[in-house]
Amino acid sequence: MIRDNRRLDLLLLAALISFVILPWYRLRSGFFGLGWVGDYLTDARVWPGVAQLGQWWLWPVPVMLLAAALLRLTLPPARRGGWLAILGAAGIAWMMTQGLSVGLRGWNWAALKALGDVGGQQAFGAGAIGILLCFAGLIAYGLAERGALKGDAFVLGSITLLIGLVALFVFYPLVSMFTGAFQDFDGSFTSAGVARNIGDPKIWSLRCLFGSGGCGVAWRTFFLALSTATGTTLLGLAFALVATRMRVPFKTGLRLLTVLPIITPPFVIGLALTLMLGRAGFVTQFIEDVTGWELGRWLYGLTGIWIAQMLSFTPISFLVLIGVVEGVSPSMEEASQTMRASRWRTFRRVSLPLMAPGIANAFLISFIESMADFGNPLVLGGNGGVLSTEIFFAVVGAQHDPARAAVLATVLLGFTLSAFLAQRLWLGRRNFATVSGKGDGGRHAALPRRVAWPVTVVVFLWAAFTVFVYGLILFGGFVKIWGLDHTLTLEHYTRAFSVGWQGGFVWTGVAWNSFWTTMKIALIAAPLTAAVGLLTAWLIVRQRFPGRGIFEFALMMSFAIPGTVIGISYIMAFNLPPVQMTGTAMILIFCFVFRNMPVGVRGGVAAMAQLDASLDEASLTLGASSPRTLRRVILPLLRPAILAALVYSFVRAITSISAVIFLVSAKYNMATAYIVGLVENGEYGIAIAYSSVLIVVMIAVIGTFQLLVGERRLRRQIEPAVQKRPKEVQA
Amino acid sequence: MTSPRRGAVAFEHVRKDFGGFTAIPDLTLRIEPGELVTLLGPSGCGKTTTLRMLAGLESPSAGRILIGGEDVTRLPANRRDVSMVFQSYALFPHMTIAQNVAYGLESGGMKAGPARDAADRGLGLVGLDGMGERLPSELSGGQQQRVAVARALVLEPQVLLLDEPLSNLDARLRRRVRTEIRDLQQRLGFTAVYVTHDQEEALAVSDRIVVMQDGRIAQEGTPRALYEQPASDFIADFIGEANVVPCEVDRVADGMATVRVGGLTQTVPARDAAPGPAQLSVRANAITLQEGNGPFGGKIVSSAYLGDHLEYEIETDVGLLFAIDAEGHAPLRPGTPVSLGFRPRGLALIA
Ligand SMILES: Nc1ncnc2c1ncn2[C@@H]1O[C@H](COP(=O)(O)OP(=O)(O)OP(=O)(O)O)[C@@H](O)[C@H]1O
Ligand SMILES: [Mg+2]
Repeated sequence: MIRDNRRLDLLLLAALISFVILPWYRLRSGFFGLGWVGDYLTDARVWPGVAQLGQWWLWPVPVMLLAAALLRLTLPPARRGGWLAILGAAGIAWMMTQGLSVGLRGWNWAALKALGDVGGQQAFGAGAIGILLCFAGLIAYGLAERGALKGDAFVLGSITLLIGLVALFVFYPLVSMFTGAFQDFDGSFTSAGVARNIGDPKIWSLRCLFGSGGCGVAWRTFFLALSTATGTTLLGLAFALVATRMRVPFKTGLRLLTVLPIITPPFVIGLALTLMLGRAGFVTQFIEDVTGWELGRWLYGLTGIWIAQMLSFTPISFLVLIGVVEGVSPSMEEASQTMRASRWRTFRRVSLPLMAPGIANAFLISFIESMADFGNPLVLGGNGGVLSTEIFFAVVGAQHDPARAAVLATVLLGFTLSAFLAQRLWLGRRNFATVSGKGDGGRHAALPRRVAWPVTVVVFLWAAFTVFVYGLILFGGFVKIWGLDHTLTLEHYTRAFSVGWQGGFVWTGVAWNSFWTTMKIALIAAPLTAAVGLLTAWLIVRQRFPGRGIFEFALMMSFAIPGTVIGISYIMAFNLPPVQMTGTAMILIFCFVFRNMPVGVRGGVAAMAQLDASLDEASLTLGASSPRTLRRVILPLLRPAILAALVYSFVRAITSISAVIFLVSAKYNMATAYIVGLVENGEYGIAIAYSSVLIVVMIAVIGTFQLLVGERRLRRQIEPAVQKRPKEVQA
Repeated sequence: MTSPRRGAVAFEHVRKDFGGFTAIPDLTLRIEPGELVTLLGPSGCGKTTTLRMLAGLESPSAGRILIGGEDVTRLPANRRDVSMVFQSYALFPHMTIAQNVAYGLESGGMKAGPARDAADRGLGLVGLDGMGERLPSELSGGQQQRVAVARALVLEPQVLLLDEPLSNLDARLRRRVRTEIRDLQQRLGFTAVYVTHDQEEALAVSDRIVVMQDGRIAQEGTPRALYEQPASDFIADFIGEANVVPCEVDRVADGMATVRVGGLTQTVPARDAAPGPAQLSVRANAITLQEGNGPFGGKIVSSAYLGDHLEYEIETDVGLLFAIDAEGHAPLRPGTPVSLGFRPRGLALIA
């Protein structure tokens, strides 16, 4: 009772501060800057909400806050709770309505002009956002006082906040993108842009199958994704079988290979392929010299992209499939053999069907990765791009056609989401987990010979090719001009990363600027992502709130949103009020957090499922609050999952390009975007040198994370080697 | 805090739905301070649900719950003055035993030093002095169980909840630990609610037993009352494995009834019975049998040898009877005709 009142008082106090002290509207100087304090008396733009009440659409805000204060003074917690929650919800709804209705230059929607003339308003600033958070707090505290979710205000607050954030950073951008497709430059409704693009034969033509000519970009992307997914799944399966079912040397080496693509910026493989097989590549030259053929630009186009994607995504598929192959219970195979099945029959009738869901999963992941891939097509696409690059050029290119970008993005999203849904439906009926809780003795059946041989040969050829390509990448940073002048030099490294002394220490290299920005943003984003992801996982696993299933499904679905789509939708959503942040570091951080969070959630859910729920409950009945339970009991037991989430989000923040390239600005340039610029200018040497440095830095930082997070101590003696299930890696 | 009602528990018309399924339709139950009450019943009857509602881990769909006279229905678990011993113990695997026991004290705001001292005293109480530095994985099952009890007890809660605390232990340890828990409870005088589905355990430790069936209270009372005066055939069968057979009450005099069952006539406590058809609970060990024919005859259907006794299923005129013979040496073969009799102490009319 007393506690309920105290926390509500604090919340109302925060609302008061937000409304009468903090600047209501967004300031150019940035969200956290304090420059406004000096201009407080003179500049109306920095005034708080209470001074902006000349704008009638802000009146409901103080009215609702006063109503909340009145409830606090007159009613006991149990009776006021429902009303407080309703006030909070109404407050958020009103803030959204007015923010979306009144834009920079007045009404955003022509239909509203009838309500009379309004001046414009800026985007939300610290004050408005503070008020929004307080309304969210009212919902949480109100529901807690009513006894919802066992009256746990922390849980309710987290859920409210998370749903708000996901709505703002996942759904609002997508909706903005769709509406953006139907808007003219001045914001009025038009379907001209969509009509022009939606039936465009350049997107939909199927002439490469029937008749002559090329196919539309949508189909080409689709065919490419199918081939990549098929290829990487087969290869990944081959790798997984070799790694688990055969006695071969270099097994650890094979596993190490799989880490490489994860820490490789996505276009680097494309770059290496260019250097090898491109017009001036040494293999091309060699073949031309020997045979006299004119190979020219054969690499550029779908073939080249396909090879690059095979190199990039096979390891990911391997990571998924090795868990699947190991997961097939040996006793099933032994049972089959005791029933007089040959090794081949056992493999075909028992092992493969048991692996089928996992194989489908690997296929889906590769399919989505291929669809979403931006770096490789950018480098290798030549004249015929894929959807993601077309989207990019529709925005930044000479054509500048946002409607076209939105249509293409919708098509791309349609493909990936359908793949995701199809897999969900298909898996729904055949979910046979074969890893049982029972200690499963027995040995996996050896591979039938007719599978074993081809698989081994393919695997070793491919592994050699991968090693060669990576060797090339390292080597490429040390030669003068690739293909022309192979003298060894450190020139590229010094140009990129030199430091100097000009009356003080200066970072003179050209790469430093983007390098430090990248590090800062990645290091801020990684812990945030891990925190948000694991908190979400905890809520999903441990709390039964209405809509939980939908919430989880929506989160998992955001896996399937390609980076390019995220990039373009963020620009369309956050370029104008009410929430404006293009050109800031904040937009990059939010982009990373919400793009990589689903992986943290998935890892967290898997880890949490192994923790007995009675541990949480024991902590609660021992008088610990939920935050304390999280901190003292759950987090220490989740260390491996925390580490995985940290590493993953850090690495993805550094290597990703597809969304980032839309969101960088002159002030906040990221390494990958900078390197792409170098590639476009033909400065391959520096580009490769920079990429190699990134790879090394990532390895170092991952090691540091490992030390910081530390080991989870459950037993004093060394733990017996637990079978580690590789994390699934996702777009 | 030391109100006279400290330690009293009351459920008032509590209902609990899970989605569309009603686990507890309408539960009203009072528990007196210092009492050890056992919730007993078959699997799925709602014992754990009841206990978890009391702990604040589930919220009731309707009704009120009071602890120490105070309405706690909407109070979160961490603000209720109860603690719970979990079936799985739920010891935090990354903390030492002492840290585990001190955890609740520190959550309540106690400083680390005093909390540690109190934890050591708590460990002493359950006979685990000097084990504070070990990790839970370094203790035996029974020791872990006692840590779980100590961890709950050091908080000196009004009510201690125990959900099948012994089900992970072997039979011998179970007997010992249950005596220890009962001793502690009587010594320290706290209220305890104990969940089990082992009727022997319930009979051994309880002041009062509440038998539940499908979320309802089927009968409550002292162990003796339940055993000797079952209110229904369900209770008779559930407590002490009784056969329930139809009988005819001939007359009632001086609190004793004369009943006819099978071909025999018996005198049993009347328990408000009136002449006419009735039901009689016959304990399995109250049936005597001899090879041959008699006024009340039957045929062996199956037999089992269990060391110190023999178990039989016998086909009779009043149905299939389950009998325990503690005196026979060699089991009778199926098909053997037997003559049956009753020991009066194992008979009770069902009210
Ligand atoms: N979270 C839940 N969701 C849906 N139904 C539930 C849930 N928890 C319990 N139930 C149902 O409520 C009923 C009572 O369950 P409860 O766990 O209280 O049984 P119990 O008496 O403790 O059984 P046992 O002796 O097997 O532990 C059961 O039918 C169970 O299926
Ligand atoms: Mg139970």
